[in-house]
Amino acid sequence: MVHVVMATGFLLILIGFYGALTHRNLLRMIVAFTVADTGVNVVIVSVGHMRGRSAPILDRAVAAADAVQRIIDPVPQALVLTAIVIGVGVTALMLAYAWRIYRQHRTLDIARLTALKG
Amino acid sequence: MVKRLVALALLAVFGLVFATLLTGYAPDAELNQTARYYAERTAADLGAANIVTAIIVTYRGLDTLGEVTVLFLAAAIVGLVLAEGAHDRSRMRPPVGELLTTGTRFLVPMILLLGAYVFVNGHLTPGGGFQGGAIIASAVLLMLLADPLRHFSHRLISAIESLAGILYVAIGIAGLFLAGGFLDNRILPLGNLGELASAGAIPLIYSLIGLKVGAEFSSMLASLSETEEP
Repeated sequence: MVHVVMATGFLLILIGFYGALTHRNLLRMIVAFTVADTGVNVVIVSVGHMRGRSAPILDRAVAAADAVQRIIDPVPQALVLTAIVIGVGVTALMLAYAWRIYRQHRTLDIARLTALKG
Repeated sequence: MVKRLVALALLAVFGLVFATLLTGYAPDAELNQTARYYAERTAADLGAANIVTAIIVTYRGLDTLGEVTVLFLAAAIVGLVLAEGAHDRSRMRPPVGELLTTGTRFLVPMILLLGAYVFVNGHLTPGGGFQGGAIIASAVLLMLLADPLRHFSHRLISAIESLAGILYVAIGIAGLFLAGGFLDNRILPLGNLGELASAGAIPLIYSLIGLKVGAEFSSMLASLSETEEP
């Protein structure tokens, strides 16, 4: 089961990379990056999964005393929580820069943005 | 064509790496040392029911402070980059429709309430400041969809944002003097595991994070929506 989730994550990363490498339109590249970002998060969360265990929240179902035997690894979940939030910030920044580029050059096609070409 | 082939070759290499990782992966049967420490000590040391929250707010609290700062910087730069787009208020827009307007009026208070619930209960249930903040920002997004010309007070947003940030750091510094260190949650009584008023300062800190994240996301949304084509 974990392998299916992990394979989905890897597939999303590959789809995102493919999109970012082949598309010329900045907006499409940004969408592709967010797809790859989601894939990375899925993979990291799946690493923390352990068969037959419960979420790392202590309540009536999981007593604090036997938590070590009952819960999955909480560290990847904490990592992904951070990664998702930073991903939103990165996406917002990319969109803002894309808008600035469009405003200045009237195009989102990277093939036509040649200002840095020697 | 050549470029596409190069891209595909690169992807094939990545795919090979991922396939090797995937076939060689076997899930752990036991928690590793770090996770074991968190699982054993969280309830006794911090009194938080949600171990992920305990890691984010207290064990790795300094990292979370840095993360909130990164988010603040992203929001500030988005505002800066988009600042030049003037808002043309005179242009008429087609009405968005009765359904969306009425639905917004009906849903926004409930979404805000859900957001507050999620971040106040961050130490007990799956959720917390970042999730609650995102939910609050989704209410702002709904309001912007219903009325794209609506103007949100940037002064109010930044006042909420900076006040939450200052209080967050102040609680952290209080931990230096009253408890074991920076951002230690034991400046307040730990209470009973699983109650709303438990886990020391964690609900307080996570509520402040929720307000801060909600304000930052809202300011990003407002900046993006106020930008008009020149």
